[in-house]
Amino acid sequence: MSELFEIDNLQIQARKEDGTPIPIVKGVSFKVKAGQVVALIGESGSGKSTISLATMAYCRPGLEFPGGEVRLHGKDVLSMEPQDQRNLRGNNVAYLAQSAAATFNPAITIGEQVTEAAVLHGVLTQDEADKRAVALYHALELPEPARLGRRYPHQVSGGQLQRLMAAMALVSGPDLLVLDEPTTALDVTTQIEVLKAFKKVIREEGSAAIYVTHDLAVVAQVADHIVVLYSGEIQEQGPVDLIINNPTHPYTKRLMAAVKPTPKAGMGEDLDQQHSRVVPNIEVKNMTAGYGGIVNGKPAITVLRDINVKIKNSHVVGVIGESGCGKSTLARVIAGLLPAAKGEIFLDGKQLQADLKNRMSEELQKVQFVYQMADTALNPRQLIGEILGRPIEFYRGIKGAARREEVAALLRLVELPVEFESRYPSELSGGQKQRVNLARALAANPEVVLCDEVTSALDSIVSSNIIILLKKLRDKTGVSFVFISHDLSTVGSFADEIVVLYAGRVVEQGPVDEVLAPPYHPYTRLLISSVPELRVGWLEDTMQKREMAVGIARGVEITDSGCPFFNRCPIAIDGTCDVDTAPIREPSPEHYIACHRTIEEIAEIEAAPQQVLHGFEVAAPEGDKAAKPH
Amino acid sequence: MTDATQGAETEAEEGKTIYDELPDAPPKKKLKLSWTGKIGVALVAFWIIMVIVGPWVAPFHEADIIADDSYLGPGYVTEGEGTHWLGTDYLERDILSRILWGARMTVGISFIATLLAYAMGVTAGIAAAVKRGWYDMILSRINDAILSLPTIMLGLLIVVAFGSSIPILIGTAAVIYASSVFRIARAFGQEIMVMDYVEAAQARGETIWWIIFREVLPNAVMPLATDFGLRLVFVVLFISSLSFLGLGIQPPAADWGSMVRQNLEGLQYGSLAPVWPALAIASFTIAINLIVDDVSAKSGGDLAKKMIS
Amino acid sequence: MQRMVIQRIWIGLATLWVVSVMVFIMTAALPGDVAAIVLGQSATPESLAAYRAERGLDQPLVFQYFGWLGSLMTGDLGISKAGGATISSLIAGRLYNTMLLAAIVAVISVPVSVMLGLLAAMYPGTWIDRVLTFGTLSLISVPEFFIATFMVLILAVKLQWLPAIANISGDETYLELLRGLAMPLITLIIVVAAQMIRMTRAGILNVMNSPYIEMAILKGVRRNRIILRHAFFNTIGPIVNVIALNLAYLVSGVVIVETIFAYPGLAKLMIDGVQTRDLPLVQACAMIFCGTYVVLIILADVAAILANPRLRNPK
Repeated sequence: MSELFEIDNLQIQARKEDGTPIPIVKGVSFKVKAGQVVALIGESGSGKSTISLATMAYCRPGLEFPGGEVRLHGKDVLSMEPQDQRNLRGNNVAYLAQSAAATFNPAITIGEQVTEAAVLHGVLTQDEADKRAVALYHALELPEPARLGRRYPHQVSGGQLQRLMAAMALVSGPDLLVLDEPTTALDVTTQIEVLKAFKKVIREEGSAAIYVTHDLAVVAQVADHIVVLYSGEIQEQGPVDLIINNPTHPYTKRLMAAVKPTPKAGMGEDLDQQHSRVVPNIEVKNMTAGYGGIVNGKPAITVLRDINVKIKNSHVVGVIGESGCGKSTLARVIAGLLPAAKGEIFLDGKQLQADLKNRMSEELQKVQFVYQMADTALNPRQLIGEILGRPIEFYRGIKGAARREEVAALLRLVELPVEFESRYPSELSGGQKQRVNLARALAANPEVVLCDEVTSALDSIVSSNIIILLKKLRDKTGVSFVFISHDLSTVGSFADEIVVLYAGRVVEQGPVDEVLAPPYHPYTRLLISSVPELRVGWLEDTMQKREMAVGIARGVEITDSGCPFFNRCPIAIDGTCDVDTAPIREPSPEHYIACHRTIEEIAEIEAAPQQVLHGFEVAAPEGDKAAKPH
Repeated sequence: MTDATQGAETEAEEGKTIYDELPDAPPKKKLKLSWTGKIGVALVAFWIIMVIVGPWVAPFHEADIIADDSYLGPGYVTEGEGTHWLGTDYLERDILSRILWGARMTVGISFIATLLAYAMGVTAGIAAAVKRGWYDMILSRINDAILSLPTIMLGLLIVVAFGSSIPILIGTAAVIYASSVFRIARAFGQEIMVMDYVEAAQARGETIWWIIFREVLPNAVMPLATDFGLRLVFVVLFISSLSFLGLGIQPPAADWGSMVRQNLEGLQYGSLAPVWPALAIASFTIAINLIVDDVSAKSGGDLAKKMIS
Repeated sequence: MQRMVIQRIWIGLATLWVVSVMVFIMTAALPGDVAAIVLGQSATPESLAAYRAERGLDQPLVFQYFGWLGSLMTGDLGISKAGGATISSLIAGRLYNTMLLAAIVAVISVPVSVMLGLLAAMYPGTWIDRVLTFGTLSLISVPEFFIATFMVLILAVKLQWLPAIANISGDETYLELLRGLAMPLITLIIVVAAQMIRMTRAGILNVMNSPYIEMAILKGVRRNRIILRHAFFNTIGPIVNVIALNLAYLVSGVVIVETIFAYPGLAKLMIDGVQTRDLPLVQACAMIFCGTYVVLIILADVAAILANPRLRNPK
């Protein structure tokens, strides 16, 4: 009796210009039993995606299979005829890619794409496939299942597309599902919703699965067996409990160390008050901003409304929220890249012009912006020395040998070798580029550095190293940081203060230990509950929570009036929350919560026993309407 | 040694033992030409050499009327003069010599015109991408207008209006093709303008010249170089066509386009006289396209995208 | 979507206007005094002045321009200087000839080229692809007069199948007409098809790098279906654009072919107009060419919008 699926000493290689092979995957072996979920875990470059594609006898152009076998039901798929390999794909083995937005064809309806494989392989007729697709939409809790098939990919949201891809993979009833980082690009609340749906259908369909990810916490929720990869080799493999609770291999331990802790009070370091002075570095007052023409201080598309934020000297202010909440816009408005429609911005007590074109050079120098993607933020045709040297020369007038010395000092500051000054960005790794990106902002000798999601595109270990660096930089330079992130635990471990944004409004802000402790704004509560924990069974536990029921079933709605969180709030008051702007409560000094409930009410509800809700059965009756994409 | 360097080194050492971040630098691709590309390079090199030394290696002068008769076949030997390897034309001149002399006109003039078109088109196109607003609007409309008229028509109109001298011819071709260069340069410029490093330079307060020449242009050089080859082909065809219509380079100067026209009637007597200069044009333009095809296939089809849209 | 279409139309109108200014200035710069040319040797200073006053040629250029633009909008193209016939009557017959040729070429070449382009994309690296790629590459690299000359050499001179000149008078039978048109037709089809085949192939192969194409491969979809269903629908925009440009060329850019085959089309009329300094005629032809281009490009843009579900049905 053979296993359902077996990878045996698999090797994959690329070739150099002169034909010498570069091994990418170096003899990997593991098995998948029927009904089992095996996780391939590793960072980028570990070969995990390449291996996952090999399950379908597919490799990207430029790669080849020099040896090893990939057996499905005992038969090697690598040595099959191309025709038989094609019959396998989308039929016996189905694939879910990382970015559903890119993997759905924009010109074809969702229904046709979902049913295509089953119909082409002759598993189902078009009618049967359509019916099965609708049943899967139901199972995946997608809105309007009956009509969904006629829509185009751009008409549904990212989280829905991700679940639709699961429907696409499952429609022909495959023996093996391959999921390649299917939740990495999603917000935490969306991630939970998708994870929950995946786990449910995998169980219902009884298919085996290979789950590729770099996120151990996610793995703990879905996998039965874990394979840890580094540089194309298996470091360790075993049952999920064993690996999570008792890792033996040093690399696994290092991966575990990079897993972010649950956000809670006291996770960060103590506040250093010594730099504090009367006037904050930056103060934003009653600011409204957005895109399109501005009429009466109101832009055509409002992204941020009535924002009040202070950035104190030598403080780190974390700005947190889900994609589309306006957190990047806030940084761009402060930097003057997007002029505000209304309100004022002060730098050291002096008002700044809204548009950076009208700001003075010293003002530009004092506020520096760090972009998320170092790849697009560093000019590929300039040497690192030029990238860092230019702001030094431009703002501070330092030239020649002195400038070189400054560049060297900067490189040392961000812990890079000085020789990097004569390299191009493409010769650096992702983490190194991000360090250069930070160094460029520091080159200007700024007072405030605005960091826009600077760790989001990095692997967990690299990203935790960048956070360590940022902490050192804050202590060494005394610069204030605005740290924008969708990752609450990163923000919680690094920031002195937190600003929680939801649909363009500040719903809660204050010192980090106050925000991460009760009383919470209901949205902060939802965010905290959504951060995956490195613990088997966390997903089931968190789904029992009150805030999850409505919180993850519906999407963000940007509203002109009332509290924007109304439609996802478990303690919303009908007739009040959806009509009136929420009053600002101040449970402790400088800690503000925008909520119609009083602090006492919030505290009372927090203290009350959790109403038992079975997350996996919760259907949201009106949720279908509310969860429409925007 | 300072603390910071020490820190960096300890971390680097740690990196070797304990799983450093894997480098993600892509292996550098060297440009390796296929055999068709190599043929292209050889042919283009040949004609470039002919532009320089053509008159010295040609057996006769371009205007020498020396043969025994017109439309003589290839290989005919005129007593006391020499062999006409490609035969003679309607005026009893040696075709091979005229083709070699003509390289100077056809290829040389086209090259200068293309260079000029590039100087104008790239500066204006990238400036339009950088400045946007009214500047872009006005330039783009003028550009659309030039593109909306058939190139030959426009060329005829200008040449007839201002006379058919070599400077006018170069200027005409340069202006007409500057508009297509403008379009492509603007498209590349816009693509680069959305990059964060350009915004970073703008946010720093850099001047527009810095942004055009230091941030944007260096990133557009490779794709524009490929486009230069294609544009040169179009200019050669354009100037040849004008000459063919009798409005390009004026006799007795030899140029490939007018050689085809002047010898066209020879076809009726079965002479290959018009075919040789036509082949000369084809060998040069096909050769350039072979190189361009090779290069753009390697650089990921960026150019193909631009050329279509 | 309507907004996008309206925006395209505005841009088209703006282009037409800029062209009208450019054409006017350029024709005004044409050398030679119109009055002197028209009245010839019998001209006296008085008759010249009278002629200029009659035609408004003594007024400032700006007035002349608006006068011309005004009559252009009312459909009055003016009177030709050579012979004094109305330009409309001169153009009408030529326009018919040009459109006839363009229509036949388009009907044959568009479907054939798109199919051949798809074929080349479907079997990359095979002999079909290589022949098509190298063949079309060679054809777009050589001047049209080279192709036309070759056609004459082979079909008319060597084989004597077809007449070398396309003289059509309007009273021949369909077969005679087709025989007369055969040479220019074949030449133009080759020229236009080479462009469209290349662009179709390049457009498809460009889309083939998209993640959704890889997804289709991983669903086990056959290559033919991937190209026809998954890639082609995302390439319609660019392909339609290339078709439009080539159709515009068929109306306005075929001077060389009309010259070689002595075909009485619009482009030839304009060349003759340029050489005889017949300004109103040149201006009218230029505006027709530009108008054709603008209309075709707008149609292509609209087609591209309609083919793109993202633009067709916004969220």
